[in-house]
Amino acid sequence: MNAPVRAAGTKPKAFDVAQVRADFPILARQVHGKPLVYLDSAASAQKPQAVIDAISRTYGHEYANVHRGAYYLSEMATRAYEDAREKVRLFINAVSPSEVVFTKGATEAINLVAHSFGRAFIKAGDEIVLSAVEHHSNIVPWQLLRDATGCVLTVAPMEPDGSFNLEAFAAIIGPKTKLVAITHVSNVLGTILPVREIAALAHAAGAKVLLDGCQGIVHQPVDVQDLGCDFYVFSGHKLYGPTGIGVLWAKAALLDAMPPYQGGGDMIESVSFAKTTWAPAPAKFEAGTPPIVGAIGLGAAIDYLNSIDRAAANAHEEDLLRHAMTALAQVPGVKLIGTARHKAAVQSFVMEGAHPHDLATVLDRSGVCVRAGHHCAQPLMDLLGVSATTRASFAFYNTHAEVDALVAALRRAQEVLL
Amino acid sequence: MTAEPLSDDLRTLYQEIILDHGKHPRNFRVVQHHTCKAQGNNPMCGDRVTVTAKVDGGAIADIAFEGKGCAISIASASMMTEALKGQPPETARKLADAVKDICTGKAASPEMEPHLEKLAALSGVRQFPVRVKCATLPWQALLSCLDNGPSATTEK
Repeated sequence: MNAPVRAAGTKPKAFDVAQVRADFPILARQVHGKPLVYLDSAASAQKPQAVIDAISRTYGHEYANVHRGAYYLSEMATRAYEDAREKVRLFINAVSPSEVVFTKGATEAINLVAHSFGRAFIKAGDEIVLSAVEHHSNIVPWQLLRDATGCVLTVAPMEPDGSFNLEAFAAIIGPKTKLVAITHVSNVLGTILPVREIAALAHAAGAKVLLDGCQGIVHQPVDVQDLGCDFYVFSGHKLYGPTGIGVLWAKAALLDAMPPYQGGGDMIESVSFAKTTWAPAPAKFEAGTPPIVGAIGLGAAIDYLNSIDRAAANAHEEDLLRHAMTALAQVPGVKLIGTARHKAAVQSFVMEGAHPHDLATVLDRSGVCVRAGHHCAQPLMDLLGVSATTRASFAFYNTHAEVDALVAALRRAQEVLL
Repeated sequence: MTAEPLSDDLRTLYQEIILDHGKHPRNFRVVQHHTCKAQGNNPMCGDRVTVTAKVDGGAIADIAFEGKGCAISIASASMMTEALKGQPPETARKLADAVKDICTGKAASPEMEPHLEKLAALSGVRQFPVRVKCATLPWQALLSCLDNGPSATTEK
């Protein structure tokens, strides 16, 4: 599994966007006869050739089921699958690969925690604290748990500019708080939440902390030990990997104490009709044939990210965001949504007189892909007093010229719609 | 800005009449003493349209709507209320079918085709598959309303 490692002598000092773009074949295509301007990476990122090749190579040459066959190919596939787990461990600085559970996505990872940890350790009257900016995937599983257990959900507020109010949060948590389930980076506003401080306050109250890292892990290095959380979840497809793979990281002691989420093959130690005992984590939480090739593809995406200058890539994303915020604010009638000081490269906005869906349709005809809608965060939309926003999200493969193309397309949309 | 010509399908979608009804919706209110009311939701985008109507003596005596949505859904709702006032519920149902037909690239039935009038402008969405639900949402709410149902969703 060789990642395309660049020779040290050729690594550019400044971030070489053109070189990185060449690694993503889809970026060369056209849409409606216009060059593709892909500004929806927060919904799903495009894939480098190295990931596409890893998937193809696995299915073409190295594929069999894992953890089962006493033959060479199965051994090979098992090794590749477990290598991917080790790559994830290193990427997030987990203590042990057994703390890394593969799921089909971040949504399943949160549902796993809600179902397993939640039903075992959260009782009627206990409190779970969420934030106002959560994605539906970090709201609905807890509502299901509330309905099953009688626990109470409370919501930490958000400031008008999208920043997190740590003092208000501190006032909400208390002795009844058993879990704080909160996003690392808002998918709508881009706000980077002060998760270390959140975790410290939660722990002081005796609560566990789950971080939704879907956006957080994309735009900055993540060290789960340094963050001080108890659970960290993310999806592969937003991290330049394939769909159908996600990660639940949890502290070993928690995984040991948690009951299984689903029953099936691969998660047992021994089965009889009288009594079944579980395998230790992570197998305990990976019932059935896992997303083998998804995990291998995610491993390849991590190899790819390790091969580029990530600090320079992140700095480039910040440059793109600053450029976009300045340029968008100059378009008449445009209002930026989410202007917190600590932000990742995600920018929502609304335009007077033009609904986000109409904007997105017109932009698409200029080759510009943006997300329009509620971004699976309807409670946040209600709070913002809008039914929808348009969102441009940036990856390191985007360029300043693409930001300008977005702005030009918006001005054009005004000609069509206003 | 370079004065690049608009693509024909965008021009067809955002015709003057659609933009006009989108910006200045007619019958944007609640019908007093309505006999039926239903909400249409598009869970994909969060758009919501509430239709109220008063059916009296075998005809829709009054019909109106309220809601939030894109130019297409608001224009569709606005033109719908104009087209249906005074019509029997049966004609309204047939017109709903006809609108769905023209939005999905089919021809309206010969019986209903002459009744479409300005609603024919909605056919521009046929080139934009993800936007078809925007145009049909108010009509689904209408059907629920006439069935005395509480709500409709585009996911049905």
